[in-house]
Amino acid sequence: MAAEYQNLFTSVQVAAPSYPGVPLGRDEYQREGKGLHLHWLGRLGDAQIGPIYLGWLGIASLICGFIAIEIIGLNMWASVGWDPVQFARQLFWLALEPPPPAYGLSLPPLNQGGWWLLAGFFLTMAILLWWARMYRRARKLGMGTHVAWAFAAAIWLYLVLGFIRPLLMGSWGEAVPFGIFPHLDWTAAFSLRYGNLFYNPFHMLSIAFLYGSTLLFAMHGATILAVSRFGGEREIEQITDRGTASERAALFWRWTMGFNATMESIHRWAWWFAVLCPLTGGIGILLTGTVVDNWYLWAVKHGVAPLYPAVFQPIVDPALQVLGAKP
Amino acid sequence: MAMLNFERKYRVRGGTLLGGDLFDFWVGPFYVGFFGVTTAFFSLVGILLSVWGASQGGTWNLWQINIAPPDLKYGLGMAPLMEGGLWQLITVCAIGSFVSWALREVEICRKLGIGYHVPFAFAVAILAYVTLVVIRPALMGAWGHGFPYGIMSHLDWVSNTGYQYLHFHYNPAHMLAVSFFFATTFALSLHGALILSATNPAKGEVVKTAEHENTFFRDAIGYSIGTLGIHRLGLFLALSAGFWSAVCIVISGPFWTRGWPEWWSWWLNLPVWR
Repeated sequence: MAAEYQNLFTSVQVAAPSYPGVPLGRDEYQREGKGLHLHWLGRLGDAQIGPIYLGWLGIASLICGFIAIEIIGLNMWASVGWDPVQFARQLFWLALEPPPPAYGLSLPPLNQGGWWLLAGFFLTMAILLWWARMYRRARKLGMGTHVAWAFAAAIWLYLVLGFIRPLLMGSWGEAVPFGIFPHLDWTAAFSLRYGNLFYNPFHMLSIAFLYGSTLLFAMHGATILAVSRFGGEREIEQITDRGTASERAALFWRWTMGFNATMESIHRWAWWFAVLCPLTGGIGILLTGTVVDNWYLWAVKHGVAPLYPAVFQPIVDPALQVLGAKP
Repeated sequence: MAMLNFERKYRVRGGTLLGGDLFDFWVGPFYVGFFGVTTAFFSLVGILLSVWGASQGGTWNLWQINIAPPDLKYGLGMAPLMEGGLWQLITVCAIGSFVSWALREVEICRKLGIGYHVPFAFAVAILAYVTLVVIRPALMGAWGHGFPYGIMSHLDWVSNTGYQYLHFHYNPAHMLAVSFFFATTFALSLHGALILSATNPAKGEVVKTAEHENTFFRDAIGYSIGTLGIHRLGLFLALSAGFWSAVCIVISGPFWTRGWPEWWSWWLNLPVWR
């Protein structure tokens, strides 16, 4: 079968004027730019870039995001004595850490995690403003608000990690640091501290939805490309007036595994799998340290994990040996 | 008959790779074909072996049932049945049934006159599985390096194997794989949500068009990849996640035996800043 038949690249492109977008009607802002076309982009997807709608929500969000990144970047740069070479060399290792645990939920000095709080505040503002922007843009075009609510699931996980769980634990120090390797170190340390997150059932669910989403997109993307010679990528038309592309796509799965989605329902499967990944993940993080102190012992208690023989001598938590310290 | 109302006209003869017309029939909704027979054979043997193995394992607790690979001392040889031989047989059955399933998908694609994207995508998943239980164990010289078949036991294997390399998050291929998993899930949520928001519009509105989809994304981020492009992107992201997962485990052991954080010292020692 010829490669062309598999429709991996667009071989013939129409050179047409930019599409300015569905009219906004009366609006305090209008779109920026006229749109430009890139031929190589058109090989894979749509050739047109822009126009973009900024609006005050978009501008405010971008400013907040810029401030957050500036605070993080300048703190990292300061941590290597403002040496530009060392900043580039150690960038992956550099961090903007939250306050030490001793500060609890109080406001620490700037260089003791105060900058972390400020960066977190501006990043959160940027994200929340962007959420409102996604909601408003959908409504302005008369569309449903499914994108905004899917985004809200991701914001839930973000807020649990950086705000809600630290509040419940009574310390900003519980939150995740900014930085490439530092946030990975935090993740590993968090799992070890609470008895291995693999035994956390909500972590299990979150991973299952993560892998499930990847499986679904592989299945869905591949199916639509396979029936694209019948116009299968025109999904809205296929939903409202089923054509042979939908029928072949459905029959492929029915004949393969005895079950098929419809052109609309596959997108409901997709939405829920993707949304449940951060939703269950956030629940798992929220319960850790607040309700459950050791997920391995929790799993043994509930018959999920077997009780392994103790191979090594137990080690006392060093935090318990510091006089007057709380574990 | 379990047939959809439009199904009959699609149930035509032909498109088989092997066996001609002999196995060219359906059972209920399922297409059979030569590879349907081999799928059924390998799955049935594999499942029965697994259940029998579970019955010899001392627990029927679904979380704790475990069929372990052979001890490292057996190297790349056959192990006694109850000491990993069962794991070896089940692995053969699993690969046999996965490959049969992929080839059966190819036959269905040919019958429907559609592209081969789905069986190709499944082949990447099979590659990742074979990397875990055949390629890496073979490179390391013992079947015992495969992962055990069991819910909690395979999680323990992942955990233990990760900590053997001190901190697996520093494995660059693992970083790529995780990033692709997150990116795929992110893109899937956007695509699913966009289609649902166009076909389930605000109250009193008519169903929207692909122009609305493009306009929404251009308004929001200045670019819309388009109805065809999003499926290319989604397939690419998903397959990349599987591919880099296979790479991240096959380089751990055969290529790099120390802690992954240490691997990054090449960056710190680049000539530009030494």
